[in-house]
Amino acid sequence: MTDGSCGFDGVAGYARTVMSDHAGRLRSPQLDVDKLLADPGIRIVVCCGSGGVGKTTTAAALGLRAAERHGRRTVVLTIDPARRLAQSMGLSALDNTPRQVKGVDGDGGGELHAMMLDMKRTFDEVVLAHTDAQKAEEIFANPFYQAMSSTFSGTQEYMAMEKLGQLRARGEWDLIVVDTPPSRSALDFLDAPARLSRFLDGRMIRMLLVPARVSGRSMFKLASASFGLFTRAVTKVLGTQLLTDVSTFVAALDSMFGGFRERAERTYRILQNKETAFLVVAAPEPDAIREAAYFADRLAHEQMPLTGLVLNRVTTVAAPAISAETAQAAAVRLDGQSVTADVMRVHSALVEQRARQRAVTERFVSAYPKVPVVEVPVQAADVHDLDGLREIGRSLSGA
Amino acid sequence: MATQEHAGWPARLNVVTGKGGTGKTTVAAALAIALATGGRRVLLVEVEGRQGIAQLFELPPLPYEERVIAAAPGGGEVNALAIDAEQALLEYLDMFYRLGMAGRALQKMGAIDFATTIAPGMRDVLLTGKLKEAVTRTVDGRRVYDAVVVDAPPTGRIGRFLNVTAETARLAKVGPIKSQSEGVSAVLRSPMTAVHVVTMLEEMPVQETTDAIVELRGLGIPIGSVIVNATRAPMLAGVRVSQAEIRRGLTQAGVSADRDTVAGLVTEAKAYQTRLGVEAALRDDLAALGRPVVELPALVDGVTREGLDILARTLLRAS
Repeated sequence: MTDGSCGFDGVAGYARTVMSDHAGRLRSPQLDVDKLLADPGIRIVVCCGSGGVGKTTTAAALGLRAAERHGRRTVVLTIDPARRLAQSMGLSALDNTPRQVKGVDGDGGGELHAMMLDMKRTFDEVVLAHTDAQKAEEIFANPFYQAMSSTFSGTQEYMAMEKLGQLRARGEWDLIVVDTPPSRSALDFLDAPARLSRFLDGRMIRMLLVPARVSGRSMFKLASASFGLFTRAVTKVLGTQLLTDVSTFVAALDSMFGGFRERAERTYRILQNKETAFLVVAAPEPDAIREAAYFADRLAHEQMPLTGLVLNRVTTVAAPAISAETAQAAAVRLDGQSVTADVMRVHSALVEQRARQRAVTERFVSAYPKVPVVEVPVQAADVHDLDGLREIGRSLSGA
Repeated sequence: MATQEHAGWPARLNVVTGKGGTGKTTVAAALAIALATGGRRVLLVEVEGRQGIAQLFELPPLPYEERVIAAAPGGGEVNALAIDAEQALLEYLDMFYRLGMAGRALQKMGAIDFATTIAPGMRDVLLTGKLKEAVTRTVDGRRVYDAVVVDAPPTGRIGRFLNVTAETARLAKVGPIKSQSEGVSAVLRSPMTAVHVVTMLEEMPVQETTDAIVELRGLGIPIGSVIVNATRAPMLAGVRVSQAEIRRGLTQAGVSADRDTVAGLVTEAKAYQTRLGVEAALRDDLAALGRPVVELPALVDGVTREGLDILARTLLRAS
């Protein structure tokens, strides 16, 4: 078996050596979650994937298992958890400081801390870190900052990565488990830091700063005619006061451009580091699987370590001996004898759903045959306490 | 052109939101077909550049241009429009200032990108502005569309999207954008508008439905119906499922089964019943919101045109 901490074995690093030969099993190697969580060389686990596939639950379950089974001091960074899931970890509001989760078995020396990302406050912290208090106050008071820090597309993704960088820098945890924002595209959080720093660094912003800078530089000469038109148009449409607000905001942020870019780049390097493991979380549905495939490609392209695929919400068939056809025929024959007929209908729907899921998942498996996969059965009810998370943790570890 | 309103769907501007993955686009399309039924003219609009409508109707990507995409029962027609924020901005600037060449120069310089980024919500101002225009457009004193249906941003962003005009009025204290914004804001807060929230019987979508309705109520934006997508007729409700019972039934049906299989069937049935219990609790949560709740059946054969018609009929029956 390869040593997961060596970093060069790529996707095969946390596969079980024994391939299961159960009929109906996927052909992929099985992901060894316990080996991953126990590996002291792994400091960050990023759970990514499209929205609505149980990413946050997976992150929380991994964190709990790392703390209880592997004695690791763990922190889970969640973005937008379902209320009951948040409550199960004792989280009741956005809070930028990790809090220790009560009720975690710490006999092995592990601890679990959890926090929900406060996007606005994280942005404030970044500003404060790069400028003096007075200037920071000016920025905070600017209506554009207020709007941008809570609405700019990509701010949440950027701040999630920023927070990850901060947690990592504090060095207080053995393991940081990150849930990524519920982006329209699973890839947004990789692009957001670059997008934000490109925006803050952009040509238009520079132009707005022109009055305060050396004028007549060659790059502006070409544009100056239309730029005059532009300012006139903007002034007319938006009003002078608005334009003044924009320039003040931009001028205030100007001093921090370098800092923003540098931070984004640092976080990016952390993600490329071999201490980071990416788990793509998906459900066996066409859209989620398509996103998972994009993600696998993208990570390979960025030279970021894809450790495995967590396939949530997999339908389980407890009576595989009866086929869907047999069950349907039996239901027809028994009509009127409702209980068994309905049981047969429920069973046949399960078998058919399982087959559909298998076909969809096969698309990923055949494209990425080396990526280890773990399947987590669908839960009849939503997780709302630590026991529920432990149960998911057991499924994740293949138990 | 028929002018009679469909009872139960009185709004002219029907904004369809919902958590991602609940079938928002499908429901918006079905509602457009429903509202076009009986010879009416409906515009189905998409605002997020996803080309979801084109995919749904198996058409090539829609341009920024209104065109007929489907006929509805009784001679109605559904038109579609994919609003592009950049095009809308140029159109908008042109409305106030004849920019011509300068407009193209702005586009080249990335000014549009810039404007829609730095002026937060500028994009949404343009999109909602276009919606108002479509709803209120008349030709020769007659309304062009009997109804407009919007495949809107998801629940997490719907409040911000619809409230952006109020925000803008705060940022732009004078100028045409301010007056324009106020006009849009007034339409969105009038009985002309209804926001319908699509959900499924799962915890997160129901939670987001509740959150969105609370938020929209706070903003004074009228809420229409809660539409529960992909529901199935419940079986085994309140029934005690035992191994003995199943063994008897299987024997009668001529199906042989060993111990494990019978036990497995009981496990499956119990998990199903647990799920039903969760769904019942979620239905209660939705009913408590005090809005009409419409349930749409799961489409077993995927979303086809026939499927959309089934959903459209269900939506009309609900009214």
